Amino acid sequence: MKIAVCIKQVPDSDKVTIDRETNRLNRTGVPSIINPFDENALEMALQLRDLYGGTVTVISMGPPQAEEALRTALAHGADEAVLLSDRKFGGADTWATSYTISLAIRKLGDFDAVFFGKQAIDGDTAQVGPGVANFLDMPVVTYAKSVVVEGDHFKVEKVTEDGFEIWEVAKPAAFTVVKEANELRMQSLRRKMAAKKAVITVWGFDDLGADVGLVGLSGSPTKVSKVFAPPVKTNKATITGTPAEMASELIKKLKERNVL
Amino acid sequence: MSKEIWVFAEQRDGVLAGVVKELLSKGRELSEKSGFELCAVVLSEDGGVFCDELYKFGAKKVYTLDNAKFSYYQNDYYSRSIADLIKKYVPEIVLYGATSIGRSLAPTIAAMLHVGLTADCTQLDFDVENGNLLQTRPAFGGNIMATIVSPNHRPQMATVRSNVFKKEPVDNPSGERIVCETNLDGIPERMRRVEVIKESDANTIDLNAAQYIVSGGRGLGAPENFKLVYDLAAELGAAVGASRATVDAGWISHHHQVGQTGKTVCPVVYIACGISGAIQHLAGMQSSDVIVAINKDPSAPIFDVADIGLIGDLHEVVPELIRQLAAAKG
Ligand SMILES: Cc1cc2nc3c(=O)[nH]c(=O)nc-3n(C[C@H](O)[C@H](O)[C@H](O)COP(=O)(O)OP(=O)(O)OC[C@H]3O[C@@H](n4cnc5c(N)ncnc54)[C@H](O)[C@@H]3O)c2cc1C
Ligand SMILES: Nc1ncnc2c1ncn2[C@@H]1O[C@H](COP(=O)(O)O)[C@@H](O)[C@H]1O
Repeated sequence: MKIAVCIKQVPDSDKVTIDRETNRLNRTGVPSIINPFDENALEMALQLRDLYGGTVTVISMGPPQAEEALRTALAHGADEAVLLSDRKFGGADTWATSYTISLAIRKLGDFDAVFFGKQAIDGDTAQVGPGVANFLDMPVVTYAKSVVVEGDHFKVEKVTEDGFEIWEVAKPAAFTVVKEANELRMQSLRRKMAAKKAVITVWGFDDLGADVGLVGLSGSPTKVSKVFAPPVKTNKATITGTPAEMASELIKKLKERNVL
Repeated sequence: MSKEIWVFAEQRDGVLAGVVKELLSKGRELSEKSGFELCAVVLSEDGGVFCDELYKFGAKKVYTLDNAKFSYYQNDYYSRSIADLIKKYVPEIVLYGATSIGRSLAPTIAAMLHVGLTADCTQLDFDVENGNLLQTRPAFGGNIMATIVSPNHRPQMATVRSNVFKKEPVDNPSGERIVCETNLDGIPERMRRVEVIKESDANTIDLNAAQYIVSGGRGLGAPENFKLVYDLAAELGAAVGASRATVDAGWISHHHQVGQTGKTVCPVVYIACGISGAIQHLAGMQSSDVIVAINKDPSAPIFDVADIGLIGDLHEVVPELIRQLAAAKG
């Protein structure tokens, strides 16, 4: 099986703070990590490869330092890595990101499966997976918890609001993967050493034969018009006292706010 | 032809998703500001059964796409059919619930049509000067809010969180059904649903749609103490949430996890019991209407976002709350 996994490098939100004056993220010194959900996508791909043979290619679009995330993925067991990096790709929204990634996947050849995380924790959009699938003309199952091969198709367990669904999906197909699917395996020492030295393919705008109007800022239909601090709560209350007093005060306050 | 605002009328097993009524109610306000006509789009076996309810919440037109293949949500059939309909009528705005269906369908359609899509909005407004839909959503775990526009592409599309807008029926509902042709012959059947497994566990009230949520954290001290959370939830008709620390410890299934790597929820009341309020937890619940925190540490960060903070031992306060709520019911 030829499998692709799209991983995004994101700031470790544990360490991100917001500058209250400018409403910008203080990103200096904030470590970057692989988007946590993408670790589950990677593990799912690795398990399929281990079972059925083949290769796992990790793909990331981002600034040159996103190479780090790709090396980490190699250390965990991926076979190949491709970085999509170009100033022209900068400022991409989910549409332009999906388009650019899809060009790279096409260029890499025919895949049996493409995996994504459920969503990226910096933007929380969950839009890139279905977007790429559309450009690749692949069916997509979102919120996949398990994927197995059955003959010429995949059998997928999908998480829904009130339980699970089982789907059959023709190959090739795309999946976005939830946290509860698995846990990413440890890095092996051998892989870790190899990952340090591995050659990572870097593709820019010219390599992909992209349309300039469809990548980066110019290919992005959405624009951020403003960023602001969430409204401060004005009606805050603190309750202390005996447990009975606290309980009755809480009930009273909820009633005052018409929510009980 | 007048310009239109569309609401995707998501139905599951013949029941409209609650968020559809919320979107229509909000849609009416946008319709008044913009002068665009409010419409709903429903895909099902027979859309006729949904029309009255959609008129009741303000739809002036209901586009029904009727086909046996629409009995359940199938991404290929749904996305292609709606994209074709959008191409035909070119609405100005299309709104979807930020449900698991909406968040798969909308990005597929956005990719097909090269239009902008803003995920998981919590506020919508219309700028009469330039016709932009002002789509506001929390970013970075609710620490900042961002307003997104798509000035040059139509339709402007957004997925919108459940429970942020009120459901308000209209006084004199009236509307018209437009039966649309559906032709799925050219679409190969690449995926099909073969089984549905509902979590019959009575305790799994859908977190995403819940009006009330009671969540437990490590402050519970031991797995068996989740019973307190369940009992309080039962008293309130609430869903049960959890912090990741308790999920990782195996006290409760991942299904219940609220936060960045769990579910994003937006209930009317969120009660956090013994949860410290780490940024990743706040990311999933910060936009709840009223946040109640019960924690014995007055400096716990959960109190920064709480509307009502109870400083005390949950093992004493929660049983008391359960008792008083039960007593009030008689
Ligand atoms: C990439 C990443 C993703 C994450 N995603 C999530 C996520 O989705 N959701 C999530 O929740 N976390 C997430 N976390 C974990 C998060 O950082 C915290 O570790 C976690 O939320 C802490 O859970 P807690 O509040 O239950 O535990 P603790 O932080 O241990 O807090 C327990 C609280 O209980 C209080 N307490 C103790 N005893 C009592 C008592 N008797 N009465 C009242 N109060 C008491 C304490 O004062 C304390 O404030 C993530 C972390 C990372 C790195
Ligand atoms: N820049 C990127 N490079 C590689 N993969 C990405 C990128 N952005 C998003 N993805 C993938 O798409 C998923 C959903 O991202 P998002 O739509 O941004 O929430 C992520 O979990 C990744 O698998």
